[in-house]
Amino acid sequence: MKKLAEMQVGESIKEVQLEPVSRLDLIKYAGASGDYNPIHTIDDEAKKAGLPGIIAHGMWTMGNLAKLFTPHFEEGFIQDYSIRFKGMVFLNDVITLRASLTEKTEHQLNFDVAAVNQAGNEVIKGKVVYHQYQ
Amino acid sequence: MFTEAIGKKSNKVKNIVERGAVRKFAESIGDMHPIYLDEETGEKSRYKRNIAPPTFPRVFDYGVIEDLKLPNKGLIHGEQNYHYERPLLVGEEIYCYTVVKDYYEKQGKNGSMGFLVLENGGEDLAGNIIFTSSSAVIITEAVRKGLKV
Repeated sequence: MKKLAEMQVGESIKEVQLEPVSRLDLIKYAGASGDYNPIHTIDDEAKKAGLPGIIAHGMWTMGNLAKLFTPHFEEGFIQDYSIRFKGMVFLNDVITLRASLTEKTEHQLNFDVAAVNQAGNEVIKGKVVYHQYQ
Repeated sequence: MFTEAIGKKSNKVKNIVERGAVRKFAESIGDMHPIYLDEETGEKSRYKRNIAPPTFPRVFDYGVIEDLKLPNKGLIHGEQNYHYERPLLVGEEIYCYTVVKDYYEKQGKNGSMGFLVLENGGEDLAGNIIFTSSSAVIITEAVRKGLKV
């Protein structure tokens, strides 16, 4: 595994493609996070809310995206993680996680991060400021 | 109701970064890394113990802001930001609170949209801030009418 510190501006972390989103994924996230809003797990409730079907918790996708950085825990940590929720994630969507390095300073690496669906649309998008240890 | 809530703060609530909760959370986001789960990996790391994923604070209890009633349905999560001084450590106590930072309305296609900005914080026992986070939540006109606000 290449160290984040060895990356050049413009380079990306190896992207990760998730398994198609399943109902069980969202039930597990509801239980683990305590977010039981039923539009994420129950079809009828999603339809009542005007949605074609259940949608993933935005925070589920945001949680997934951060794992691109997890293997680098000895190098530093995510100091700032800011996300805009841009599109909905439906059952069976195939989400790809991406991070590309945009700027390098002495102790800081700035990344543009996004989760993209199978149609190529960004469902969440934002920035990570990675603080490097000395 | 939301405008009057600006500046209001909850009581601080003690939370524990529980090992079992971290495991369940890591599993739910497909991030079963040993730095979160395996004690030996934690002990050998620079942290000397396991840490929690950066979005783990979703689990914490931030207390209650009096007079602020948020519906449990119909809210749209627009933005989320986290700022960390260091990663959360498994087993530590974190004192959490929430503050209403802002509320404003904008005209959109489907009537007026309300934007509520909440800021959360987590401190150690000595009062040092470990993380802050902010969420922008969109409350549509239809949902506000249901609340009669």
